[in-house]
Order: sequence, then C-alpha cells, then structure tokens
Amino acid sequence: MASYSTNEFKGGLKLLLDGDPCSIIENELVKPGKGQAFNRVKLRNFKTGRILEKTFKSGESVEAADVIDVDMEFSYNDGEFWYFMDPNTFEQVAAPDSALVESGKWIKAQELCTVTLWDGVPLVVTPPNFVELAVAETDPGLKGDTAQGGTKPATLESGAVVKVPLFIEIGEILKVDTRSGEYVSRVKD
Amino acid sequence: MTDNWKPTASLETLKTRARVLQSIRAFFAARDVLEVETPILSTSAITDPQLESFKTQFNQSDYYLHTSPEFYMKRLLASGSGDIFQIARVFRIDEQGRNHNPEFSMLEWYRLGFDHHALMDEMEGLVKNIFSGIQKNISFKRISYQQAFQNILGIDPLESNARALAECAKKNNIETPQGMELDDKDMWLDWLMVMSIAPSFAKNEFTFLYDYPASQAALACLSENDSRVAHRFELFSGELELANGFYELTDAEEQSARFINENRLREQRGQKIMPIDQSLLDALEAGLPECSGVAIGLDRLLMVLSREKHIRDVIAFEIDK
Repeated sequence: MASYSTNEFKGGLKLLLDGDPCSIIENELVKPGKGQAFNRVKLRNFKTGRILEKTFKSGESVEAADVIDVDMEFSYNDGEFWYFMDPNTFEQVAAPDSALVESGKWIKAQELCTVTLWDGVPLVVTPPNFVELAVAETDPGLKGDTAQGGTKPATLESGAVVKVPLFIEIGEILKVDTRSGEYVSRVKD
Repeated sequence: MTDNWKPTASLETLKTRARVLQSIRAFFAARDVLEVETPILSTSAITDPQLESFKTQFNQSDYYLHTSPEFYMKRLLASGSGDIFQIARVFRIDEQGRNHNPEFSMLEWYRLGFDHHALMDEMEGLVKNIFSGIQKNISFKRISYQQAFQNILGIDPLESNARALAECAKKNNIETPQGMELDDKDMWLDWLMVMSIAPSFAKNEFTFLYDYPASQAALACLSENDSRVAHRFELFSGELELANGFYELTDAEEQSARFINENRLREQRGQKIMPIDQSLLDALEAGLPECSGVAIGLDRLLMVLSREKHIRDVIAFEIDK
C-alpha cells in the first residue's frame, strides 16, 4: 500500500484517514526549539465534504488515497445519479448527488468536468471555471439600462441563480465564473 | 517563461536584512566581541535526535554540514579566544514550512562570565537596537518554564509524569497527534508547548522562557539549586520561537554522557547514529571558560521586523527556487 511520510505533506496530497479519502489543504510544521516536530494539517474529507484539522508526530507515515482526476463529459441525470462519460474511452461512471453539492447547478449536458475518482468511484465533480448557460427565467429586461450598476436574480438553464445586470433577457447566453458564482458577461452568438 | 526565477523576498526586505546585519556587527564591535568564521563541514555531527544533518563526501569520508556553529566556536573559546560571535548559514534536513527553510541564517554568540540571565539582558539590548527606528517601545517578559506551565495549564512540568501531562492535554481539549508516544514525557511537554504555552505569549511582546526541564537541557548546565532544571532559555516573539541559549555545560564527562545517551535514543528510534565530536570533548577537557551562549534565527527575526508571515518573504530565494 502506498503511503506518504509527513515530510512529503503538501497542499493537494490525497490521503486515506479513518478509511475516508482526504485532500491536504494546508500543512504546517511546528517544532519547539530542540524538541519533537509535529505537523498540523488542514484537510478536506471528500466523502463528507467537511474540512478537518489533524496533527501528526513528524515522521509518521499515512496511507495514500488512490485518487485520480479525469476529465469527463456530463451525459444526464436520472434523478438518482449523475452520469459522466470519458470522451476517450467512452467509459461511464455514475456520481451520487453528494459528489455534486457545489457543482450540480452549473453543469448541462456535454459539459466537460473534472471527476475525482477514488478506486473508480466518483467522489467529487468540479465544473469548468467558466461555463456558458442560457437564462431560463428573469424579470423583463430594462431597455437602455446598460450602464448603471443595478442587478436582478436570473435562473439559468442548469438551475443556478446568479445576479445579473438589469438589461439581461430570457434566452440570452451568459458566461459565469463557477468559483465565485458571479456573472462575467453576455455571450454573443 | 514563468516568474519562478525571481527572488521570493522584496528588495525592500533585503535592504532591511542588510541593515540588520550592519547593526549586529556594530553592536558587537562596540562591546569588543570578536567576529569569527568556522567550518561548515565536519566529520562529526550533532547527536540530538531532533536534528538531522545533511551529509556529503570528501576524500572517501563522510562530512556533515553543521546545524549550528556551536562546537567549533566552543573550541575557539577553550583556546582562549575571549568573547566571540558568528553569523553563519546553517543546514537542517526535514525542516521546511512557513517558519522553516532547510538552510537559514543564524547569529550565535558567547560571553565569558555571563550567566543565562546576563545573556538575556544583552540579547534584549541587541533586539532593541535592531528594532530602533522601526518600532519603538518593544517590550520583553521573562518567565520560567515551570511558572508558564503552572499559569497556563495549572500543571507542574517538573513533577508531572507523561500520564498526568496526557490527562492535562485532554482536559484542555488538546487533541493527541497521530503517532504520539504516550509514555514519552518530553514529547508531551513539547506538544503542550506548541499547542498551549507558546500560543499564550502576548503577540506584540518578546518572551524569554528559561530554566527548562533537565531532560531538555541539550548543552546547558544544570541549576546548582534545583537539579530538575537546566539553565537553558528561549526567546519568542508572540508564539514564534526565535532563539535558544545556554548557560554552557563545561563538564566534559557530562557532555560525553549526553552525546552517548542521545545516540542511544537515535538507535531506539531507528535513526542513524552520529559520529560524536571528540575534539569538542577534548576542548571541554582542556577547559571551556564559564560562559553563556545563544543562537538566534535571523530570518525569523526579520519576519517579525518586517511583519512577514512566511520565511520565503525574507530570504532572497527559498529552497527549490
């Protein structure tokens, strides 16, 4: 079984803790003068989505989580699972809702997402940083109001609600930053 | 092309660093303390199980890069150098992070006839000198190791065993790190130190912690009045450890016993046994004058001075750059 020593710890490293795959967010070495060194580590548990803190005596070994990131195309959602396909191998995986807590509202069919697989099982799905989505619902646009800063909510075809400028109309395609959830621009056909 | 070739510290910080070096040299010149340089490479190495030395080869022999210039400086002292200081680059394996770079700058100095309190006084003067013009009214506090544990955790670190310390950690909601050796008293003391004692030090203040437990004496002499403590001290800024000093052990036999014991500990922990510095022991045998010495991490001092949160922000190039 592959493992990492605490002196290999760094952001992004995937570990198996109490049977759950986790990713290191932050690692800090604490060492009193001439004394024992310890590592204080902040991690994200992929299964629960929670952030946890854990400490190790330096020199400890921790089992590595067999986690890989694969770019996959979203196919469809049958109400229970979200289906993704590897465009190269045509292999399909089914991701549970828990893998898409943050990302589900941003993706539509054929969107290329990063699927993090643990022993072949999707743990978390990350959408592209920018997506282009049509406006499904919003209050009527205010013609001519392209300069002033007012905003209104708009529901996008994937279900996300974002704040948009007042001039946006139903049916328009918008570019949105999925990391901040913010409107970026209109997309001209 | 990426920006990876660029320095990690700003030019302004590097100028501050140069000024600090100048003020240190002026400080010691005014006190008649001689600047010295000693070898980085040595066929012997420190035995302390908490320190790992880099190793290289020359003439079919193993050489180690020093983790501090202490041993050679003590040989100078024993040969009659009088008061000395050195600004050295030192090297330690496995120390990398926000407050650590595997190679870093150390100021180390020795004063004949000083006990550890007299040296703390001088250190206070040096730090004030370095900060003058940048930050006025910096304040210092002194507290013994025992008193600090009693004030903050309500436990006596000298009398309590490992189990009592573990109990104390639990009571204070301090988790037990993975890999903790539950019956290792010093490991518990270290853990409580980093989790509770050091974080309790006032953020805008310098704190001297002195008279460490005898089990953590390193190269300090034991107290004449209380053999449970060693005359070792550390300086902190907030919770950041800056310096470590000793009222130096001058007893060759005792020093030899400590080296052997540390090597025994290394063996138990599966670490490599280090070649003991026989020349240092010979120098102690010949006679090390009564003195105190201290080493301060200059990069960390610069972090405090320039309010930087990462060591890379005060060194021109961090490791791997």
